[in-house]
Amino acid sequence: MSSVSTDEIKKEFLKSRLGLTGIFILAGLIIISITTIAIIPTSTFQDWNNPEKWISYPKTSVPSWVNFLSSDKIPEHKIISPEIFETKNDGIILVSQQFGISFEYDDYPSDFIFETKTKYSDSHLVQIKVLRPDGVTLELLSTTLPYSETETTHSQRYFSTDDMMKKNLKLQKNELDFSEGTIETVFSQLGNNEILKGNYIFIIDTYGIEEAINVLESKMILGGKAFGIMGTDELRRDLAIGLLWGTPLALFIGISVSIGSVVVGLIYGVYSGYKGKKTDEVMMRFNDIIYALPALPFLIILAVTISNSIFLMIGFLMIFSWVGIAKVSRSMSLQIKTRQYVEAAKIMGQKDSKIIFRHILPQLLPYAFASIAISVPAAITTEAGLSFLGLGDPSFPTWGQILHDANTYGAAAQGFWWWIVPPGILIAVTGLAFVFIGNALDSIINPKLKR
Amino acid sequence: MFGVLMITLLLTISLVGSNMDTILKQGIIYQVRAEITENTTISQAFNEPEEFEKFVQQKIDERIKTLGLDEPWYSPQRLGYTMYKILILDFGNATFLASDSGSSNVGEIILEKMPKTVLLFTTATIIISVIGILLGAASSNKIGSKTDRITSTFAVISSSFPVWWIGMLMIFVFAFVWQIFPARATPSIEPDDPGYILALLYHMALPVITIVLIGFGAWAYLVRNFMVGIMQEDFINAKKTMGISKKKIVYRHALRNAAPPIVTILALSLSGSLGGAIITEAVFDWPGMGRLYFEAISVMDLPVIIGSTYILTVLFLISIFIADLLYGYFDPRVRTSN
Repeated sequence: MSSVSTDEIKKEFLKSRLGLTGIFILAGLIIISITTIAIIPTSTFQDWNNPEKWISYPKTSVPSWVNFLSSDKIPEHKIISPEIFETKNDGIILVSQQFGISFEYDDYPSDFIFETKTKYSDSHLVQIKVLRPDGVTLELLSTTLPYSETETTHSQRYFSTDDMMKKNLKLQKNELDFSEGTIETVFSQLGNNEILKGNYIFIIDTYGIEEAINVLESKMILGGKAFGIMGTDELRRDLAIGLLWGTPLALFIGISVSIGSVVVGLIYGVYSGYKGKKTDEVMMRFNDIIYALPALPFLIILAVTISNSIFLMIGFLMIFSWVGIAKVSRSMSLQIKTRQYVEAAKIMGQKDSKIIFRHILPQLLPYAFASIAISVPAAITTEAGLSFLGLGDPSFPTWGQILHDANTYGAAAQGFWWWIVPPGILIAVTGLAFVFIGNALDSIINPKLKR
Repeated sequence: MFGVLMITLLLTISLVGSNMDTILKQGIIYQVRAEITENTTISQAFNEPEEFEKFVQQKIDERIKTLGLDEPWYSPQRLGYTMYKILILDFGNATFLASDSGSSNVGEIILEKMPKTVLLFTTATIIISVIGILLGAASSNKIGSKTDRITSTFAVISSSFPVWWIGMLMIFVFAFVWQIFPARATPSIEPDDPGYILALLYHMALPVITIVLIGFGAWAYLVRNFMVGIMQEDFINAKKTMGISKKKIVYRHALRNAAPPIVTILALSLSGSLGGAIITEAVFDWPGMGRLYFEAISVMDLPVIIGSTYILTVLFLISIFIADLLYGYFDPRVRTSN
């Protein structure tokens, strides 16, 4: 126990490279958390477990930056909005929605879907075709919008898996030698089964008599095998969003557990050490009992029987993490209480609580800060472990939760590395930041360790 | 120590007790109803459905009473009985789970799973401690050397990764990319097959490698720190001035003096890893206590939960006790005069 002033600690800390690295990483994580909370709408994380929200995303697709690293370009998942043209000819109005795609990949896309929402009255004819880079135009589908006398709003999805599309293509196949399947036919070269690269234009033409349809919403989803910065999981969720939301959650869990347990442990230990005798004996026995409880089994039982709400979980984690701190701070307070100024305060008749909070606790503050930093990683990994077992709060996408899903869908055995690697690295990096800070503080407070 | 054991038990029972009672009661209601509706003569004997309901309820109450479930789980009678049964290691029968050989006796299930957990974690701990002690001694020999710095860095970095995550990565690398080891650690051969032990060892390789990889850095770092402390003591300086080679001092004299704390931590970490086994075994699907515990929790199989918690606590306490004994053995200063 040495008395180092706050200024000295600051000065020493700024000299420590490790500590600065830790602060640097932590600052980065905090910036990520703040931007996540500020920029990404909260609805995304509330909808994390809502499959409907993710329907237009691809399934287990690799991050799109993989394309920069490999020579084989994996088709990216694209959501394309159309350009809309309107022409009038002999009283027939043609509304044409054109989706332009530059397709430069070495693999077929998995599918394509048109999603449109239109407002119209009367009857309209719909024609879907694709203009290929080699100049061939393929008719995909001819259909009508359902007849309506009054003005209605109508939503429609056209899938590439549609049987009519397949049939239409088969009819044109006689003249052009194409391969099997809608996707393969549309995207392969004439005469062989290789991919035709270049600019495609998908067109939805709607013909109406004297009245144009009003396109309210329209998009084309070209189902790829690569998506976003972090890829997607088996349930089509964008992993980047899950990982981003995990950051503030992990920091919140780690910091609140460690602050809570350090404060409890500190006061418990100091009080026990200061009081001494019987009180000390009883309090330390209680401490021993908690110490001897197997923590993880109990955490599991608590999570299963009581609740797995994230806030209660923080409380449960605290129960098992204040013990060590209480022991150390007790022995520290045993030393401090023999100091003259404490004895002087006692003789002056000050109250116990005042002596503890005014004279003993401030001496332990540097130690407290170091132990807060050091105990954060354990809290984060334990929470992640519990979530990994499926005992986490399902309404929050924590990193452990993502890994739990990865494990249930057998991501490791199927080779979905983008689902496994990032959450673990984030857990480790967050832990490291606090370990660095804690170690730097520790070596300043206990110069004995610095050799 | 006995007190701690009892408190652990009491806590476990009180946490799962009320849930268990509801489950049991529902089971009884279902059972009684099934029995009565199967027997059509009984239902035909009643004219009014209300009367029939009353009869069923009466039967249910009778059954609950004979099983002693009419009293709450915290009544001293039931609590005392449960505690007594557990003390004599009679855990009763599992409600849902069964051992591989088909027995639903909790004691038998645990007895079947226990050796596998012990096998996995003692093997891993032994490897970790051997590597750790050698590496720690080597790096304390030359402080600030390359070995020392690499060990320290590795210790800090490796300890901040969760073991189970490394496990997933290992499965990805060694079971998917290079298909060297199986992804599931449960052997597919029946336990009575002569090749079973070999298959088990082969399936054990991946978990052991993972645990060792995560553990040995921190160990080496710990040993190094103890050694550094001891190397500054007077008697080492005396040995140095006597002209004994530094290598001999490190491995012969300093290491022996570092033994007590090392052994204590060894025993503690072994028991600590038993708790961590729950997650590790879940990742690798290792058929040990940890997975049993997890399965028991997920289906709320009370006898199994209580039994395994009890066994885990007993093991934990035994290892603390052994650590104390070993400390006395290695460090004569704490031995009592008699």
